[in-house]
Amino acid sequence: MTSLKRTPLYEAHVKAGAKIVEFGGWEMPIQYAGIIEEHKTCRTMAGLFDVSHMGEIDVKGPDAFKLVNRLITNDLAKIQIKQILYSPMCYENGGVVDDLLVYKMADDHYYIVVNASNTDKDYAWFVENAKNLDVKLENISAKTVQIAIQGPKAEGILQQLTECDLSKIKYYWFDYGKLGGVDSIISRTGYTGEDGFEIYFSPEAAIRIWDKLIDIGREAGLAPVGLGARDTLRLEARLPLYGHEMSSEISPLEAGLGIFVKLGKEYFIGKDALVKQEQEGLSRKVIGFEMVGRGIPRSEYPIIKNGVKIGWVTSGSYAPSLNKNIGLGIVKAEYTALDTEFEIDIRGKGVTAKVIKTPFYYKKEEK
Amino acid sequence: MENPKDLKYTKDHEWVRVEGTKAVIGVTDTAQSLMGDVVFVELPEPGSEYGAGDAAANIESVKAVSEVFMPVGGKIIEVNMELEDSPDLINKDAFGEGWILVVEMSDPGDLDNLLSVEEYGKLIAEGE
Repeated sequence: MTSLKRTPLYEAHVKAGAKIVEFGGWEMPIQYAGIIEEHKTCRTMAGLFDVSHMGEIDVKGPDAFKLVNRLITNDLAKIQIKQILYSPMCYENGGVVDDLLVYKMADDHYYIVVNASNTDKDYAWFVENAKNLDVKLENISAKTVQIAIQGPKAEGILQQLTECDLSKIKYYWFDYGKLGGVDSIISRTGYTGEDGFEIYFSPEAAIRIWDKLIDIGREAGLAPVGLGARDTLRLEARLPLYGHEMSSEISPLEAGLGIFVKLGKEYFIGKDALVKQEQEGLSRKVIGFEMVGRGIPRSEYPIIKNGVKIGWVTSGSYAPSLNKNIGLGIVKAEYTALDTEFEIDIRGKGVTAKVIKTPFYYKKEEK
Repeated sequence: MENPKDLKYTKDHEWVRVEGTKAVIGVTDTAQSLMGDVVFVELPEPGSEYGAGDAAANIESVKAVSEVFMPVGGKIIEVNMELEDSPDLINKDAFGEGWILVVEMSDPGDLDNLLSVEEYGKLIAEGE
């Protein structure tokens, strides 16, 4: 067995009483005070997340744009410097390698943020596709700490630690700023369905910045949030998780990520397969459902209609903000209409569920 | 939290309170702490029969499902209906209001296989 990796914040989590679990080759905090409490803290006040396990790949050089744009399904030409693009990245057959964020640092410089457990695979995929291109690739994951501060109070708390005017950073844009004196990339992005920021800086400052944020945020209700609540938060907001809603077996179109797939682009890897899928019509799609009967849907539980398996649950949980049991699942196209009922096979028992509108949760608009 | 001295225990972190030929069954405070927030409890039908070691109920926390194995065999004569609306009673009061079911024991000899509070305490200490 390979040894598990720890983020530079590991000691801070242990000190805070976190329960630590293995996740994607990392020892990560799954919870501190409890998943439900942390979830609600993030929705109503603010949560602080250590997401340093995420991978970062630096792409630089005259062919950087060309490389990135042929790897992603979204259109890199749409964004300006200091803007961020979300995109799936596909194989030739339309299956997903990973989903990622592209930060545009300069016309010839991009910063890619990928899922922790896919970092090595993704980096290899970049390298393989960069042959004959004039581009320099570097896996800078180990040199980068990423923390997220999310929730309605996030901006007010973070602003106390930086001169950078956070109100000027729009959704899916970033800026450079000093955070407690440390050079950082500050972006208005997240994976919770709340307003908030993701911040990147070097590992030496990790514990100091983390402790400082906890300290200045305490009054506003800031608390650390583990991976358990990160998952329930993203599920309520219907944000997909690689390996669940999309994978090498589930295309971005099937996953419902069509708006991030620009089939009009001249070329990207997987385009032919996805154009074909689109033309022939999708045979299955990811939908959101809620349990009508009593029970909690879990990943991989079969979805049944009239005794026949029509799909499976890709993610499911009790939803703390809704006090309901909800899930995402991939089902045959004829069962995707709103209000369609089917059964989730929970330990051999069919429990009724019905297709509902997603996102399950919308953040409350201010003003 | 201390494990009550008047109960018997299993290695699966269940407790048993013997009341004559009946046994009240629940999960220990250590169990609820390992599971985290309990959000659903699937209870068996009263009247159904289970052998010792059979899975009779399921406790679902936000993250995972845990089975409740019968420490002793017999017929279920009562289940804790309060858990339907307040599954978190297991977190709040694992040894009290968070009880799960009552069984009419078919073989009181099953009790011989259970752990004393000292044995259970040792088991937890070793697990940490």
